[in-house]
Formats: sequence, structure tokens, C-alpha cells
Amino acid sequence: MTRLAVIDHGAGNLVSVARALEQNGAWVDVVTEPASLDGCDGVVLPGVGTTGAAMDRLRTQGLVAALDAWEGPLLGICVGLQLFFDSSDEDDTACLGFIEGRTALLKSAPLLPHIGWNDVELAADPLFAGLGSSTLFYFVHSYAPVPDNPDDAIGWSHYGERFVAAVRRGRRVGVQFHPERSGTAGLAVLANFIAECQRGRRAA
Amino acid sequence: MLRKRVIPCLDVTAGRVVKGVQFVDLRDEGDPVELAAKYAAGGADEICFLDITASSDGRATMLDVVRRTARNVFVPLSVGGGVRSVADMRATLRAGADKVVINTAALADPDLIDRCAAEFGRQCVVLAMDAKRRDDAWEVYSHGGRTPTGRDAVTWAAEGAARGAGELLVTSMDRDGTYDGYDLELLRAVKAVVHVPVIASGGAGSIADCVEAFDGADADAVLAASIFHRDEITLTSLKAGLAASGVAVRL
Repeated sequence: MTRLAVIDHGAGNLVSVARALEQNGAWVDVVTEPASLDGCDGVVLPGVGTTGAAMDRLRTQGLVAALDAWEGPLLGICVGLQLFFDSSDEDDTACLGFIEGRTALLKSAPLLPHIGWNDVELAADPLFAGLGSSTLFYFVHSYAPVPDNPDDAIGWSHYGERFVAAVRRGRRVGVQFHPERSGTAGLAVLANFIAECQRGRRAA
Repeated sequence: MLRKRVIPCLDVTAGRVVKGVQFVDLRDEGDPVELAAKYAAGGADEICFLDITASSDGRATMLDVVRRTARNVFVPLSVGGGVRSVADMRATLRAGADKVVINTAALADPDLIDRCAAEFGRQCVVLAMDAKRRDDAWEVYSHGGRTPTGRDAVTWAAEGAARGAGELLVTSMDRDGTYDGYDLELLRAVKAVVHVPVIASGGAGSIADCVEAFDGADADAVLAASIFHRDEITLTSLKAGLAASGVAVRL
């Protein structure tokens, strides 16, 4: 069974992420400390709330260094994805710096937060295997990633402006939408991530 | 394109779904976990649970319902009723809610909205208000529609959004359970003063009522209970009807 560590840094969507992964057959450990990453096949960094609060908690828990050292598959969801970048305009927060760029407010949005189901244009990426090139996912956010290098983007959506809705840099992938709350399409994304973790284990 | 949302609402007391007319004459409508799963499978864009007893016993029962629902329902869950503190909100999120609905406690302590938004982000704070028409305005009622507060609904909506509510759930007490259609004037008045999504609630009786909430009041979502519980309109037929009327929904 694929063993995944879901990082508990106080994020609101922790439970739904864990349940959705279990639904796809993964064994989920909810972890609060670095040692708990040992022996797992993949790590999931959920997040709802503010990037500042999330970074503070990760630092306090010693998880910033642990995530930096983690070389296996990593999936960031919503604020979890936003933490991959150098910084966030929200609270002017320094983040993990895995991908060059920042997180910026959706300035042209008709209303904020952007809440609801929206189309995501998907690149050909293993994370989106089996899904249509445009698929509906559920969003709840006001900020979105702005990678310096457009090649890091693997998904885009539109709300007042076109914005990056998914990124990949090697084994680190992230989605701005909530796969754990996006019905069957969302469960398919999580199943694809679990499959990526399984492949990593076989290769190791 | 961002889709307009359809949200079945389950009023829960003592672990059962109930529904009344204008907040009274409650009738048993079934098991909340089963109904939520049925609605999610039928195309609900979100599910809303409101604990209408909100006693301490009721809260524990409600969190158990949320926990059991979150296990096999993979659409967003909004949960409210009796949330009085940041700690209550955390417990509700930890049980599997995605958004937490606050109402009475925010009226007594408006700063609760600020504190919840600061802790969890405004996107998971839904401010619900029960509004009753009085002359040419609407008064907000607390305690499940039992207590008039003297607050004007439109002013309270603006204050709530400014304090950090990421979404407003606006219920017309006059229309609740009547099938007479949403109170479009109330919705328009609220929409005019806020820049957060507004969920229309109270009075849905037909597909046309939902079309009007979107087209006539620019609502971002419609919430309904009676019509779904009694299978008078299924989610599938409602969404097909909305799409046929040119409303962008998720089919």
C-alpha cells in the first residue's frame, strides 16, 4: 500500500484531503514532525487559510527543513501550493522557495474570494492522466501563483484574468484548486499522484 | 468560466434532517449522511449542514454527522449552527467541514468574524443572516429566527464582509419554505453593498425561481432545502433547467 504523509500544520482541509486519499487506497499518516516523513512514499501539503500562518507553523514544527530535504513526490494543495514559491504578497511572507516566483492577489477578479467550480485547462502531465484538456475543479482562494518561468505551469484557469492553477517542478506538483472537494475529477488527480508515488517506490 | 452554484441545505436536529415553513412546523426529512451522499451524487456543487438546535449535545451529534459525511462525500461541506468561537470553528473544520457558517454568535460579538478570518482565512468564513422584511427594509433575526436584533440586514451584510466574511448566506425568513421564490429585492440590496459571493436562500419553489435569483439578483449560488428533500425538483432537472435558461452551471 502506498504510504503518504499529510502534513498537519493546522490547515482546515486536512481531514478532507486525508479522506480523499484514503478513498483512493492510500495509507495516510497525518504528521506534525519531521521524523514522520521517514519511510513514506509521498508527501501532501494541504492548506486553507493564510500563507503567513502556514509558514509560521511549519517553521515551529521544524518542517521547513524537512520539506526542503524531501526528494520524493510532493503535492501542494491551495495554500500548500502557494508555499512552494519564493514569497507571497499575502502578509508579505517568505515561503519555501522551491519554485521561483510569488503568489499574488487576483486583482481583476469580479468578486473575491474566487469560490466555486471553474474550468481548468490542463497540460499533458501525469497528474492529469485520463482527464479532459479542460476540466471543472472547485476553487476557494483570493491569491494565485505567478511563476517566474512559465514552463513551471501545468494548468490554467480564468477569473477576471488568466491565472496559473497548477505547477510542476520535477517531483513537486501543486494545484490551486481542491482535488479533495472536486468530485470524481478531483479524486482522479489524487489517484494519479498516488500512482506517481508508487512508481517512485518501484524505481528506488 | 466560474459556474453558478446549487447548494442543497440540510437543517439538522438530533441527528435528523428536518424542514419547516418560515422556521416552524418542522418535519422529518431523513438521515443527513444518506441525504448528503445522494445530493453529492446528484450533482450538488456544495452541501450545507445547519445545526438548528445548536445545544451542546446537538453540536457533538452534528460533528459526528459531518465526520461521517466527509468520509464519502467529495464536494465542499459548509457547516454551521452554534459556532461561538475560534475553537468551535476549528473543531468543525477538523470534523471535515470546508467552510464554517456563523450567525447568532457574530451578531452578539461581531469581532468573532475578524478572529475567525484571521485564523483560517476569509474564504472559509460564511456569514449567515436570517432577514425579515419590515416596511421597506429587512431586520436581522438571531437564534434561528426567534429573536429580532434591531440590525438592518443590508448594513450588517456590509459590515460582515468588511470584517472578513468571505461569503454571505442571505435567508429571507418571509419566504422560507413557502415556495414563493427568493426575495430578489433583499438579494439585490445586499449584492449592491458587498464584493463577496452571495448565496440566495429562502423560498425556492421552482426552476424559474432559481433562474431569477441568478438573472434578476446576480446571486452567486442558490441554496434550497424543501424542494430537494421532497424530490419535487431533482438536482439534475434543476441544473438542466438552469443551463437551458442560459445560466452557467456544472452539469
